[in-house]
Amino acid sequence: MMLGHSAANLFWMSRYVERAENMARLLEVGYRMSLTERSEDGTSEHLVSMLQAAEAEDTFFAKHETVDVPSVAHFMLFDTDNPSSVKSCLFNSRTNAKSVRTEITTDMWESLNGTWLEFSQIQPRSVLGNKLPSFLQWVKQSSNQFRGALLGTLMRTDGFAFAQAGGFIERADNTARILDVKYYVLLPRSSMVGGDVDIQQWTMILRAASAHRAYRHIYHDRYKAHNIADFLIFRKEMPRSLAFCATSVTAMMGMLEQIYGEPSSCHDEAIKMAQFLTAGNMDKVFDEGLHEYLTNFMSANNQLSNAISDAYNFY
Amino acid sequence: MSEKKYFDEMLNADGSVREPYRILGEWLEGQPKQALKQLSQDAETIFRRLGITFAVYGSNESTERLIPFDVIPRVISAHEWRRLEKGIEQRVKALNMFLWDLYHNQDIIRAGRIPEKLIIQNEAFCPQMMGLNPPKGIYSHIIGVDIVRTGPDDFYVLEDNLRTPSGVSYMLEDREAMMHLVPDLFHKLKVASVETYPENLRRTMQEMAPESCTGHPNLVVLTPGIYNSAYFEHSFLADQMGASLCEGQDLFVENGKVYMRTTLGPQRVDVIYRRIDDDYIDPLTFKPDSMLGVPGLFDAYRAGNVTLINAPGTGIADDKAVYTYVPEIIEFYLGEKPILKNVPTYNCTSDSERAYVLDNLEHLVVKEVHGSGGYGMLVGPTSTKKQRAEFAEKIKARPDNYIVQPTLALSTCPTFTGKGISGRHVDLRPYVLVGDKIRITPGGLTRVALKQGSLVVNSSQGGGTKDTWVLEE
Repeated sequence: MMLGHSAANLFWMSRYVERAENMARLLEVGYRMSLTERSEDGTSEHLVSMLQAAEAEDTFFAKHETVDVPSVAHFMLFDTDNPSSVKSCLFNSRTNAKSVRTEITTDMWESLNGTWLEFSQIQPRSVLGNKLPSFLQWVKQSSNQFRGALLGTLMRTDGFAFAQAGGFIERADNTARILDVKYYVLLPRSSMVGGDVDIQQWTMILRAASAHRAYRHIYHDRYKAHNIADFLIFRKEMPRSLAFCATSVTAMMGMLEQIYGEPSSCHDEAIKMAQFLTAGNMDKVFDEGLHEYLTNFMSANNQLSNAISDAYNFY
Repeated sequence: MSEKKYFDEMLNADGSVREPYRILGEWLEGQPKQALKQLSQDAETIFRRLGITFAVYGSNESTERLIPFDVIPRVISAHEWRRLEKGIEQRVKALNMFLWDLYHNQDIIRAGRIPEKLIIQNEAFCPQMMGLNPPKGIYSHIIGVDIVRTGPDDFYVLEDNLRTPSGVSYMLEDREAMMHLVPDLFHKLKVASVETYPENLRRTMQEMAPESCTGHPNLVVLTPGIYNSAYFEHSFLADQMGASLCEGQDLFVENGKVYMRTTLGPQRVDVIYRRIDDDYIDPLTFKPDSMLGVPGLFDAYRAGNVTLINAPGTGIADDKAVYTYVPEIIEFYLGEKPILKNVPTYNCTSDSERAYVLDNLEHLVVKEVHGSGGYGMLVGPTSTKKQRAEFAEKIKARPDNYIVQPTLALSTCPTFTGKGISGRHVDLRPYVLVGDKIRITPGGLTRVALKQGSLVVNSSQGGGTKDTWVLEE
């Protein structure tokens, strides 16, 4: 048992760390795709797609006219007007952690605090050019370090379950968004579906999920849209897939039920969601339309988050 | 005034090292040139990583600063400490008796030993506390007594801090850092442990649980929140005690009982160590616009369903105007002579004393009666003519709003300055816990004025801290 407020802080602390990481992953996809573009005015259509997937285009266009790598990267990494920028996420996760210092370990705090201090000292200009990929790598590593501290030092009590549930819910949302970039990226001609450019774009999505090598081991095949989407949606072995995240959230709900000795309504919702993902397959998804499927998923995922907040008195 | 000679904590007048500092002195002597610099840098890294920072009022809300830490400890001999301990215990006992009396019979006023006006018209007096019986008659459970030294045997109490003294986390973290930085010194010297403080705090809180509480008392620390300058300390103490760290919104009162909002619904709360000022703890009883407190908390307290640590209204006993009467208070309740001295204080409402004060401002220290943290004060010897003129006007306008004391020749302690070792003025804040018995942690927080010649040790005014070593015999 813990303060509802503390549970909420743990849940959101993990969500923001996960989001910071995935913003870096998303930007990585956009950046890589934009490298292959040849546009006359310097505007990158791929970066526009990425902004759409992040639901950040309105905020972006309120401040910028052209969409090029430095402006988008600055917006995604350093702009505090963007509530999902890496800086906003790191700030928020640290604030959440600070509010629950008594519920997290020193290792976790040092990891978050250290990342924030290091991040605050970085001059944006110094990483917006050629250093961008290695900087994005650093963001991902910081998130890995935090996760490692959490897994390695946090007591397996209710607080752990809240922190983990938040992380998986956020990751599911973000993986869905990364996949959705492909929906917004328009191929010049429909005859190019399945062609080199198409496959190249899918591959970048796979890379953003750190899954391009694992893919080969699972599918023993060349990169195919069908397989890649299957991998990131349905494969339970894949720790960034929607199915994996949903199953993990369910496990955390089960853990809470066991600790508290009483069932909660959000556990049923989590189970339903996990079952839905277990039962689905790619043919159905492509019939329904990938974008529609992902949109529905994100909305259901968001509802699950709200149900957890209600069930455990978050405020 | 002639050049003042300050008492040096480490050196005798002839330059020889005082006995308590002998081993430390040898150690310092043996350090290579860059060693202290390296230690200082290591210390800073440790503190920053742990997030031991404080927010500075008046600057950007998100600004977090480290309190500077000096790696050279301050040493107190077992003999010196014994005397301090006795003096502190005596003061704390008398002041708690004084509080009980003020909020009940007011014998001390009836006896004509302290003016009624000074109490009843004092902002720090809390009429809502009249007739209320806190558990075991104790009002102030957590106390930080500010002490300065001017000579081998001359210790003065500057302030009693009976409300919500802060800084104890620095005492603990300073020690933690020193154990990392100079383990070899701890092998050579027997330093009394301070690590028992959180455990003693927990015991004190448990001992103060309301009588109606039969099971294991549920303890919480109530904080104004993460933007408070002492938030680190609040979370640190809650963590060390295994208590819940709550903000006002985490608690509520129903049927005169206090509950916290948990993931499993409401849970009863028994003892609250509140780090929120009296005025803000309950908008229904005190400041109605307070967002920090818990509506109905005072009624729950009055009903004996929860214990507040410290009790509301303790501020009357550490009010700067009441301070002058502490020797009187000790004699009245304990029939004893004070062991620790008060700093002589001029009363500006008396015409003759005010006249002396106005003629001698350059030698005196002027403090606002309700000020704290080193704000709103004048240190005569380091002030400008313009500042003195301003304070003279203020004193004339509201003589009752200021107390005036001679500038004390605060002792100096060797301090690493970046260029080398040099003497800096220090004070000492030992921490006292009052439960079923009085527990004083050996040592406390030594605050050091890092600016050369400065006598203001407050962290908000550029002061730093040192670890304080009470030697065991």
